[in-house]
Amino acid sequence: MSAFVQSATRRPVLMSARIWLALLIFAGFAALPLIAALTDDPFLMLIGTRILAYAIAAMALDLILGYGAMVSFGHAAYLGFGAYAVAILNSYGVTDLLVHILFAVLLSAVFAAITGAISLRTRGVYFIMITLAFGQMAYFFFVSLSAYGGDDGTPLQSRSTLFGRDALESDLVMFYVALALLIALFAVATRIVGSRFGRVLIGTRENPVRMEAIGLSPFRYQLTAFVISGCMTSVAGVILANQAEFVSPAFMSWHRSGELIVMVVLGGIGNLTGAIGGAVVALLLEDWLAMLTEHWRLLFGVFLILMVLYSPHGITGALERLKGARK
Amino acid sequence: MSLLSVRNLCKNYGALEVTRNVSLDVAPGELHAIIGPNGAGKTTLIGQLSGQNAPDSGSVSLEGRDITRRSMAERVRLGLARSFQITSILPRFSVLENVAIAVQARSGSSYRFFAPVAQEAALNDAAMAALADAGLEDRAGLRASALSHGEHRRLELAIALATQPKVLLLDEPLAGTGGEEAEAFVQRLRALKGRYATVLIEHDMEAVFALADRISVLVYGEIIASGSPEVIRNDPKVRAAYLGDEEAA
Ligand SMILES: Nc1ncnc2c1ncn2[C@@H]1O[C@H](COP(=O)(O)OP(=O)(O)O)[C@@H](O)[C@H]1O
Ligand SMILES: [Mg+2]
Repeated sequence: MSAFVQSATRRPVLMSARIWLALLIFAGFAALPLIAALTDDPFLMLIGTRILAYAIAAMALDLILGYGAMVSFGHAAYLGFGAYAVAILNSYGVTDLLVHILFAVLLSAVFAAITGAISLRTRGVYFIMITLAFGQMAYFFFVSLSAYGGDDGTPLQSRSTLFGRDALESDLVMFYVALALLIALFAVATRIVGSRFGRVLIGTRENPVRMEAIGLSPFRYQLTAFVISGCMTSVAGVILANQAEFVSPAFMSWHRSGELIVMVVLGGIGNLTGAIGGAVVALLLEDWLAMLTEHWRLLFGVFLILMVLYSPHGITGALERLKGARK
Repeated sequence: MSLLSVRNLCKNYGALEVTRNVSLDVAPGELHAIIGPNGAGKTTLIGQLSGQNAPDSGSVSLEGRDITRRSMAERVRLGLARSFQITSILPRFSVLENVAIAVQARSGSSYRFFAPVAQEAALNDAAMAALADAGLEDRAGLRASALSHGEHRRLELAIALATQPKVLLLDEPLAGTGGEEAEAFVQRLRALKGRYATVLIEHDMEAVFALADRISVLVYGEIIASGSPEVIRNDPKVRAAYLGDEEAA
């Protein structure tokens, strides 16, 4: 019995270390407006909002990639659904943020359920390729949507409204709304990972045959996770549209899907805090390297390779190792 | 009435007849052992009973219900659990979690997204009971990959027990264990005898004759003899085809 008690305490310690790190990141974000005010840099809020949106998307992707071993290479489609949900509803005079999110989630749930059900009939590289194909289908659908600017996209008349007010027109308010969404979704994702459902999802990643041998058919659970992940990602799209005040198919290009995977891998797969950290580091590094040289993609690639070679569990893995070494 | 009933099962892998017209019955509480040389088709037979492989023809029924076309997961939910000859566990889960997830599969929905599953006392208690049956209660907190080979064999058993089966299909539970460990395992199986109808595949003849109520001998996919341990021990066909080699060796 003693061993059991030991484990019951051992795991949560690691869990809470990750949650502490997440809280630290959230606190850092919360303080960002202060830095913006001190440095008098108006763009900092916009950059921050963009990072928050990608943090949500990376976390959502990690839910299936890291915890469910489903490498979706088409997740940018959901960024697009979120963004176009804002543009489409706005053009009909429906401006409420919550309605925008609801519509984005609905679109994404339908798309994820259909494409997920088909994609999950395959495994491994085939799953990657087929999700990529579906992502491209969504991309070209919006490219051909001339009412919303087709290839070029379309500017938003205005940002989403919050309870009838145009509060989001302030970059500061928009930033904090995005932060609140990230924190709420982090809490939801953390609960899911530790729930009955999460255990089945992770168990399927570990050994699908074993899951069937205890009477659970993995498909339904994997598909449900796929849908949840798509819906969460679309929230990031809603934020991105508002941040840029512009939507275009560029949100859903396969490069974007690749970037999301990079963020998850960089942070350490199967680690929600890591995905958030991965998004922060990837975007900051991109911006910084882009300032240094126009060949920044090459440098970024080198960094990624080093990361994968020397810290297969990503940034958070490296941190956890450092902490372990100090003890 | 028999709990598990197999009728005229046939399966070919290309030209290889791996299962030839196999019929057998297992009564409630009965332990039915299947012995036979390596490559006789024992694991493939278990695969067809558990739903992992499809037979070419023939039928499998559980409690009179035809389950030939049911998936492995459905069969487990109906009460037919198996252990694997080659250990198949969740290596990064704790020992307790490996068993608790099997309990979870049989008790309530797994579509629960918010309550922390690690704190579900009912799951953990039932899992501890199954671990105790397999003699692993003091290993509950370890990572499953950290167990020894013999302990892995027992974890296989505990997971199968946790699904609350009516019929247990055990594929060489003693494989790779020996000496005292094997003896202790046989004692555990003896303690469980009568609680479950069991199909036991085992190479260890001592274990088989100590545990079985009935033995079937499988050679080249075919049951060449079936009967009580006494009958099998004295069957000349069996001695020639199988036991003869064992005793000579
Ligand atoms: N998937 C398969 N495809 C082709 N042949 C197989 C397959 N699985 C098993 N076999 C063959 O079937 C025979 C029986 O194997 P198996 O059931 O594992 O025997 P046992 O468990 O009695 O040792 C062996 O000759 C094996 O090589
Ligand atoms: Mg075998």
